[in-house]
Amino acid sequence: MRALDRKLLRDLRRIWAQSLAIALVLACGIMVLVMADGTLRSLSETRAAYYDRHRFADVFAGVTRAPRSLLDQVAAIDGVAQAEARIVLPAVLDLDGMAEPATARVLSLPASGTPALNLPLLRAGRMPDPLREAEVLVNEPFAEKNALHPGDRFRITLKGQRRDLVVAGVILSPEFIYTIGPGTIMPDDRHFGLIWMNEAPLAAAADLDGAFNDLTLGLARGASEAAVIAALDRLLAPYGGTGAQGRDRQVSHVFLNSEFQQLTTISVTIPPVFLIVSAFLVNMVLGRLIALERSQIGLLKALGYGTGQIAGHYLKMSVGIGIGGVAMGLAAGWRAGQWMTGLYAEYFRFPWLIYDPGPRALTLSAALGMAAVVLGALRAVWSSARLAPAVAMSPPAPPTFHRGWVDGVGRLLALRQSSMMILRSVTRWPGRAAVTFFGVAASVAVLVGCFFMFDAMDLMMDELFVQANRQDVTLILADARNDIAVTDAQGLPGVRLAEGGFALPVRLSFGATSRLTTLQARADGAELTRLLDPEGHAIALPGDGLVLPERLAGRLGVQPGDRVQVELLVPPRETWQVEVTGLIRQSLGEEVHMARAAVFRRMRQPPQVNMIHLSVDPAALPALNARVKATPAIAGLTSWTDVEAEVEASTDRSMKSVTLIFSALGVLIALGVVYNAARIQLAERAHELASLRVLGFSRAEVGFVLVGEMMLLALLAIPAGWGLGYGFAALVHQGFSTDVVSLPFQITRRTYGLAALMVGVAALVAALWVRRGLDRVDLVQALKQRE
Amino acid sequence: MTSAEADAPAVLRTEAITKVYRTGAVAVQALRGVSLALAEGDLVVLLGASGSGKSTLLNILGGLDRPTEGQVWFREQNLTTLSDSELTLYRRAHVGFVFQFYNLVPSLTARENVALVTEIATAPMRPEEALDRVGLGARLNHFPAELSGGEQQRVAIARAIAKRPGLLLCDEPTGALDSATGITVLEALVEVNRDLGAATVLITHNAAIQAIADRVITMADGRIAGDSRNAVPLRPAQVSW
Ligand SMILES: Nc1ncnc2c1ncn2[C@@H]1O[C@H](COP(=O)(O)OP(=O)(O)OP(=O)(O)O)[C@@H](O)[C@H]1O
Ligand SMILES: [Mg+2]
Repeated sequence: MRALDRKLLRDLRRIWAQSLAIALVLACGIMVLVMADGTLRSLSETRAAYYDRHRFADVFAGVTRAPRSLLDQVAAIDGVAQAEARIVLPAVLDLDGMAEPATARVLSLPASGTPALNLPLLRAGRMPDPLREAEVLVNEPFAEKNALHPGDRFRITLKGQRRDLVVAGVILSPEFIYTIGPGTIMPDDRHFGLIWMNEAPLAAAADLDGAFNDLTLGLARGASEAAVIAALDRLLAPYGGTGAQGRDRQVSHVFLNSEFQQLTTISVTIPPVFLIVSAFLVNMVLGRLIALERSQIGLLKALGYGTGQIAGHYLKMSVGIGIGGVAMGLAAGWRAGQWMTGLYAEYFRFPWLIYDPGPRALTLSAALGMAAVVLGALRAVWSSARLAPAVAMSPPAPPTFHRGWVDGVGRLLALRQSSMMILRSVTRWPGRAAVTFFGVAASVAVLVGCFFMFDAMDLMMDELFVQANRQDVTLILADARNDIAVTDAQGLPGVRLAEGGFALPVRLSFGATSRLTTLQARADGAELTRLLDPEGHAIALPGDGLVLPERLAGRLGVQPGDRVQVELLVPPRETWQVEVTGLIRQSLGEEVHMARAAVFRRMRQPPQVNMIHLSVDPAALPALNARVKATPAIAGLTSWTDVEAEVEASTDRSMKSVTLIFSALGVLIALGVVYNAARIQLAERAHELASLRVLGFSRAEVGFVLVGEMMLLALLAIPAGWGLGYGFAALVHQGFSTDVVSLPFQITRRTYGLAALMVGVAALVAALWVRRGLDRVDLVQALKQRE
Repeated sequence: MTSAEADAPAVLRTEAITKVYRTGAVAVQALRGVSLALAEGDLVVLLGASGSGKSTLLNILGGLDRPTEGQVWFREQNLTTLSDSELTLYRRAHVGFVFQFYNLVPSLTARENVALVTEIATAPMRPEEALDRVGLGARLNHFPAELSGGEQQRVAIARAIAKRPGLLLCDEPTGALDSATGITVLEALVEVNRDLGAATVLITHNAAIQAIADRVITMADGRIAGDSRNAVPLRPAQVSW
């Protein structure tokens, strides 16, 4: 090994703790990048392969009843490669040992046996015998949660008729990677199942012989999805088409997309902070090292080393730190990626899912990591390597201190000399102080951004389960009923209050943009379900106006006062012009709302309900469940208490643990920065601090000079970190608000306070840790040093 | 000019070099026209009061710095026209430096400090050989902090001679040493000068040391104030101070 490289290794070993601190900060950035981008790639590649192999459809459409003969016309639409008609019906499940009502969606299997689109993947058993009416397929998560195996029997109520079924096979489907039942917001595989049944018995039960009510299309390469959807909508409208949609509105697909977007957000917001901080740290540490080695640099030049060689030598040093950080980051990122992929495997049912970050995440993160340290080193290295040899040989002039505003401040506050030393040092090395300041602020910002997620979740939970949805139970009716159903519901066991609701599919258009959504016709003065304005206060519905969630309004470009077109996709299939009278905060879903009276006045019908919200005495819940199960008119039941518990458990498992990890990483920034800055101060001022000791200052008083400077900078940096954190949280908010969820944006004082406290403590710990070094400074030695 | 100077070919020649340092508004004239020629193998002692321009001259001869005016030739090469990287190559190939404060790299051992030079020189001796010459063959693996001042300075000399330089420039090499240690260092220098034939310039404040020189140049106020030859140079051990 060359002598210069030996020097490099020994220097690195000498400042190993500082190098390690930098490498760790860098490693955090790399880790998050490898984890998030690698997980994203693993998920999206797996999804793409799964879709491809199992021919996931491109376009989906529902219809009331269309003759099979229409299929030829559908297939003839330009761009359609494949069209498959199905029958899809809701059913109520009757499983042994389950007291609560459970529901299912039943999908038909074509007479030929296997679908041409959305191919099922058999996990156990076999495909049903087309001649055996009772044989069905069920989806694997449902089978697992209910311990259903091939050969097991269970019962469903389909269109009011009870049927006995036998599980022939257990499958996964690309259509249901993420499964969510109607009227709820979380997967509940125990109480919601997917059942694939032979077509003939299903058609008979639904009175759909020779007809279908659901359509899936595969598109030809290069086909225009929008054109196909438009043509399909025209074709299906006379048969009660409820609007065709592409994959971008298919529930399972959209949930995956939402997750992908959030992963992308993680990988573009968090790593840059760490990379930038590492660059600054390298700059600070190397800058000082080079300043100390001025005479060695001069010597090397005198010996005949060229500028490039010397620059290369110090660059290698930062590269060494970079390699360490990148290696640690890649290893940790790989592990974290596996863990995170495992988390996703709980919610997303892929037939296979292996964490494989692929070359992109690895090379990109390695390249960015190295770029950060090299850029950080560049300035210091370059300025030093360019020193003229004779100049480098002479020792640097002692730092010049100027009289200035600091003295004024000092006199004004009657500061002691030790405090003056702190102030002077900060103003003497503004660059170094700036790095500390920036690092601490970045640390606070990361924490604010992370804790903001908790604020948003709390707010969202409060909105969902306390403010907006105050019902304990929502009943989904099999068919629309008149208001007497609500009165009947009032008589169910334990019911304290019942309120009816009515939901119908609509297409909302404003100018050139349109969106398929659901119109909720709400009872006036409803107590159980309420709408909240953007500030979170309950609002009353207008006499005849439409209220939109903020996000949907933004998507359509609608503002209060605008008139939008509301096209009913169920009879009477009219189109209304309705004024938008208000915007609401709604974290989940994109439903739009109108007063029930207004909706039915416009429909010229007596008011109806197809769902009933109940406030229930918890003690009476078992009795209520039993009654619901025995009432065919009720197609399903959502227990909001269960949903709340499930949402809480799932955010605890995934989002909160991930966020906690990120906050730990955020604290590491403060530790790394303050540790490095304090180490440099200690080394640089050992002589000065030792002199203080000789003059009779106590250890604590001398320590104050060192720790005090760090804490002063940290305290100043905290408000700046709050500001940065607000921006960071806004980015996170933006990136985490997807088609599925729109997070409320509000940062609590608790978040600001906690971030400041944690970073302050971290800074103090790091500074005190370094302060211990003061005890080891040999007074005599320190005073003798030339430096 | 003495006759000896005319006989031996000049390895280094300067012509009316001046050096002006500018710091802010103040200009310091460090050299005011120095012309001299150094013969191959000569051991030159450079004397002069503090601030007389000795180090400045030495730095210019060694290619560490450039004159404000005037010319410097090393053999056929005009140093004043060289670029920075060409000057670097000049130092690398031909010049060995020894400084007052040893200037060893603290994180490298004696051998490695020498290797620092032998790795980039064209026909160097082995680091062990160079250290042997200064009597440090047994201390190869010691770090500078583990060596005495005299030993450190001898490592610096080994480092300077390992490349077999044409020119050996020493700026107060004994300045930080006691007299006994200084003598061992000087002995190492003289021996190397005789064995390798490198033209050697040695700055010192110690007038007694001039006795070991072939030639003694005295500087005053940026000019050469005296230039004489010793008929019989003494061995360092014969000098006392
Ligand atoms: N980098 C510099 N900037 C400004 N002035 C300088 C610089 N280097 C040297 N000088 C000035 O040039 C003059 C000659 O300095 P030089 O170092 O050559 O003296 P010297 O003879 O080596 O003195 P000493 O015996 O004290 O080492 C002095 O007046 C010195 O102050
Ligand atoms: Mg000098």
